[in-house]
Amino acid sequence: MMEVIYLYDGSFEGFLCCIFESYANREPPSDITPEEDACPTLFQTRHIKTDKSHADRVLRKIALLSGEAVILLRRGFLTCLEHREMYLYRLTAKLLREGPGFLRNLADETLLPVLKAVRHLEGEAQLLRGFVRFSEYSGILGGEIEPKNRVLPLLRSHFCSRFPNERFFLYDRTHREALFYASGKAVIAPLEQFEAVAPDETEAAFRRLWKRFYDTVAIKERENLRCRQTHMPKRYWGTMTEFQGEDYFIAGQTPRLEHRGPGLPSV
Amino acid sequence: MELLEKLTILSDAAKYDAACTSSGARRGYKEGFIGNTSTSAMGCCHSFSADGRCVTLLKVLLSNQCAYDCKYCVNRRSNDTPRASFTPEELAELTIAFYRRNYIEGLFLSSGVLRNPDHTMELMIRALQILRETYRFNGYIHAKAIPGAAPELVERLGLLADRLSVNIELPSEAGLKSLAPDKTKGAILAPMRQIQTRGVQCKEELVKYRHAPKFAPAGQSTQLIVGATADSDLRILRLTQGLYDRYRLKRVFFSAYVPVVAHSLLPSRDTKPPLLREHRLYQADWLLRFYGFRAEELLDEGTPDFNPLVDPKCSWALAHLEFFPVEVNTADYEALLRVPGIGVVSAKRILVSRRAGTLRTEDLKKLGVVMKRAQYFLTCRGQMSEGLRFTPESLLRNLIAAEQPGLPGTRMEQLSLFGA
Repeated sequence: MMEVIYLYDGSFEGFLCCIFESYANREPPSDITPEEDACPTLFQTRHIKTDKSHADRVLRKIALLSGEAVILLRRGFLTCLEHREMYLYRLTAKLLREGPGFLRNLADETLLPVLKAVRHLEGEAQLLRGFVRFSEYSGILGGEIEPKNRVLPLLRSHFCSRFPNERFFLYDRTHREALFYASGKAVIAPLEQFEAVAPDETEAAFRRLWKRFYDTVAIKERENLRCRQTHMPKRYWGTMTEFQGEDYFIAGQTPRLEHRGPGLPSV
Repeated sequence: MELLEKLTILSDAAKYDAACTSSGARRGYKEGFIGNTSTSAMGCCHSFSADGRCVTLLKVLLSNQCAYDCKYCVNRRSNDTPRASFTPEELAELTIAFYRRNYIEGLFLSSGVLRNPDHTMELMIRALQILRETYRFNGYIHAKAIPGAAPELVERLGLLADRLSVNIELPSEAGLKSLAPDKTKGAILAPMRQIQTRGVQCKEELVKYRHAPKFAPAGQSTQLIVGATADSDLRILRLTQGLYDRYRLKRVFFSAYVPVVAHSLLPSRDTKPPLLREHRLYQADWLLRFYGFRAEELLDEGTPDFNPLVDPKCSWALAHLEFFPVEVNTADYEALLRVPGIGVVSAKRILVSRRAGTLRTEDLKKLGVVMKRAQYFLTCRGQMSEGLRFTPESLLRNLIAAEQPGLPGTRMEQLSLFGA
């Protein structure tokens, strides 16, 4: 049989259409990858067009077998698991072949990698519910994060119900998209670049107050840096107020939020 | 005095309070209000300080001026330390500003006894009222009830806060008499009883009327200081058990005593805080709350203190080898929880997974079981892990080695504390 790689538009619907095509043509793809990430290869490639009706048919079928699987696919698609499309494809294939019974065996080899990736995603979202830091820019709250997984869809409802009367945005540097919220409506949209502006005096003062509070609550006699790092890995520190350099706390200074991610805009 | 300076003094004075949780309250979106509480059962940590403790709430005192003279406390009347007080307005504004920036999950308000308990509580209530009513704050509030304050004030505080706490601090009445002469056991227990009774009553009202006012919906907690007095682990754990049983507390916190003041009745100032002992007590506390253990199973008059070398659950297992091995494919949930290396999460996963088919030894690790510990205590389809050989002595050695890297401080340093 010919080995074929499916290319799709990178959307969840597009991915579902890959499953549809594979079943329509009775060919298991050797890989499924977004068009923009595709590198030249000796294998045959096929561009899969996204067709909403196809996507709906696949999703309906899966939902019929297991509602849990739908959640797993949706969440799994947001994870940073490498070749996640193939893991999700295999999960779907097994579900269609054997029915939903294996989803209860949490050690199942097809299920486990997806389960682990989803736990990682949910864990990261849970951490970020706390680690997100907003700054006030003339009445609008803005923040930046640099997560491994696409957590914005998981953070949306939390922050929208927390700040229903605010206008805010949260920029995901890794995936270059942002969550925007104003007057009861939230959207997640791609955003190539974002540069934070200098804080005004009020904002700078609150940053200083927070930094001081953070430094003061630590009990010197109990210092335990390793424990801190276990609970709050260093990769989150770059976007947290309490770990910024001195400039960050001075009004009018261009903030120097640390940038660590690949190919991110420099300040 | 500048706000920055006030915040420094008043957070420095509050930092010895261990409680910093935001779980247990269910405040969702509320029209016209700001804030919600985390839907997660664990609450939400916003940062971790250099001592590895979670920072969830803006933990401050309203004032560190105090009429009392408790010997172990930094804020005691006779201690020469800078004093400050927030005005209720200042504090409310600061809380909202921090909350909007997602620095915090809410406020943890405590206070020194300013003039008298009633006056202090009135100021605290005023601050919380401004937060809830003027700023329409719908986030988490943990407030400390001041022992000796009028019951009406505790009532008002409970209607504003999510959680109330009254700190017992010293685990025995003798300790209280010698170290905290202004406090009595009765003055501490009275508000605790009131909070409990009122909580039960409120739940009954809520069944009848959907909009009945909620009294401290996240329950109450307390704190015990470990290492300031000569009380044994057994005594502390029994007290803890009693508080869960009789007062329905949500949490009992332990705070390793940090010598902040020199006094002949207290450990000397160069004593290191007994962190390992505190750690063991927390482990035991988890066993009481989630694993179905009772205090008397873990310690008795013969062994009144925890073994510093192995955790309480392993200790129990080693003393009850007749209970093991447990067969993972058939054992009930309670029996699974008794196996060292199996926790609440992995026990539940085992229950789910074994319905889909018989479990094999290699599946257990995938379910999150810590096999380094668990392998000695379980069988899978009637068999132990292949090639596993051990004697009671090597078992103990291996269990000690399995826990070692995760313990606070180095082992030698900690051990010396028990000799002291």
